[in-house]
Amino acid sequence: MTPRTIRAWSFVHKWTSLVCTAFLLMLCITGLPLVFHDEIDAAFETEAWEPARPGGPLLSYDAILEAALTNRPGEVPLYMSFDIDRPVVNVTTGPTPDAPGSRMHFASFDRTSGELVPPAPDGGGVMDFLLQLHTDMFLGLPGMLFLGAMGVLLLAAIVSGVVLYAPFMRKHDFGTLRRQRSRRIKWLDHHNLLGIVTVAWLSVVTLTGVVNTLATPILDLWKAQQLSDLTEGFEEGRVARAESSLDAAIAKARQAAPGMTLQFVAFPGGAYSTDHHYAVFLHGETPLTENLITPALIEAETGRLAGLREMPWYAKALALSQPLHFGDYGHLPLKILWALLDLATIVVLGTGLYLWLARKPQSARESGRPAALAVRSAS
Amino acid sequence: MNRYRAAPRSLRQVFAVPLALFLVSLFGLIAALVGNGMWDAAGWIALSLPVAAIIRARRRS
Repeated sequence: MTPRTIRAWSFVHKWTSLVCTAFLLMLCITGLPLVFHDEIDAAFETEAWEPARPGGPLLSYDAILEAALTNRPGEVPLYMSFDIDRPVVNVTTGPTPDAPGSRMHFASFDRTSGELVPPAPDGGGVMDFLLQLHTDMFLGLPGMLFLGAMGVLLLAAIVSGVVLYAPFMRKHDFGTLRRQRSRRIKWLDHHNLLGIVTVAWLSVVTLTGVVNTLATPILDLWKAQQLSDLTEGFEEGRVARAESSLDAAIAKARQAAPGMTLQFVAFPGGAYSTDHHYAVFLHGETPLTENLITPALIEAETGRLAGLREMPWYAKALALSQPLHFGDYGHLPLKILWALLDLATIVVLGTGLYLWLARKPQSARESGRPAALAVRSAS
Repeated sequence: MNRYRAAPRSLRQVFAVPLALFLVSLFGLIAALVGNGMWDAAGWIALSLPVAAIIRARRRS
């Protein structure tokens, strides 16, 4: 590599990192507790919840929906989801069918009695706050897309960092940490080592994070490309009411997709359905396919099954990006590794910032060498 | 002290260990996703290697 190309890559590495570092530090710090949100939620649970009538008959989904709407007068249903390990149905409602996440209301109901399941105490909403900060910084879609752009910059910083690793390591063995040398050299070596060993993990978490920030446009594209034919002949702009039986819709969906498991129902007018259909989402049974959801669409007013629609590749990519970003697909050991690699990334960001702040004075750069390489030749 | 050895390392030497860690990490990330049980364990072992590389370098220097 000529000094000229090294300078160009240094320029890319410096500026892409500088722009995104503050946001990346926020994402790494808020992401750390979010990795363990299941464990943290469980720790806050004071006592185990019991259904009102254990083993008793289960109420219909229609009855639960009615209970949920009575509980939230004036609101419309958005989503219904189903707990795996207890007879509990969760209903998300909102003031309008397209209500943003911040205005949605989530409530859980006992299927044996229709009673509300008391929400688990969550430490005063700290985890919700962290999640919102991590997702969109309370700025909605623009905030999400902005963080996605920071992710793209980080990918450029990773690539340029890998390129620059070569000239820095020409005279050193892998893993060299000159700890007895100047503070700058010590942190440079840490930056290089921690950066290069976390490349694969950080690239995957960054790339999947960027895909997650595109969830809204991806779902809009899916609806425009794959579901628009279903809405032909319907009155445009009017959202259907949830009139036909939900139990019948779920039964039809199960029949259309034998061997698949019910995951959630999206009501008409929201991000996951058309203005006129219930979208009953089912997922597969193997570890890989349980992340891939397929909707059965049922006309909300007539109960007619419009069909089962396999998700296109970009929606599947979004679905697989979630576990790969959250690190929640391999039990506690994987989460601990996620946390350790996250901490290593914080060190890379911190040392990178330090190396910029403690950079050589102007004279070293005016001599025609990038400041960072001046350190190498000084060693 | 070999770190002051004059001969510069080739690109292949510089990237041998990083490339191995990269491939092993990717394998680990995917292994835990495609299966349970042994696959999860394979994922844990593979993804712990980059962490082990950091610990080893710190203990040796």
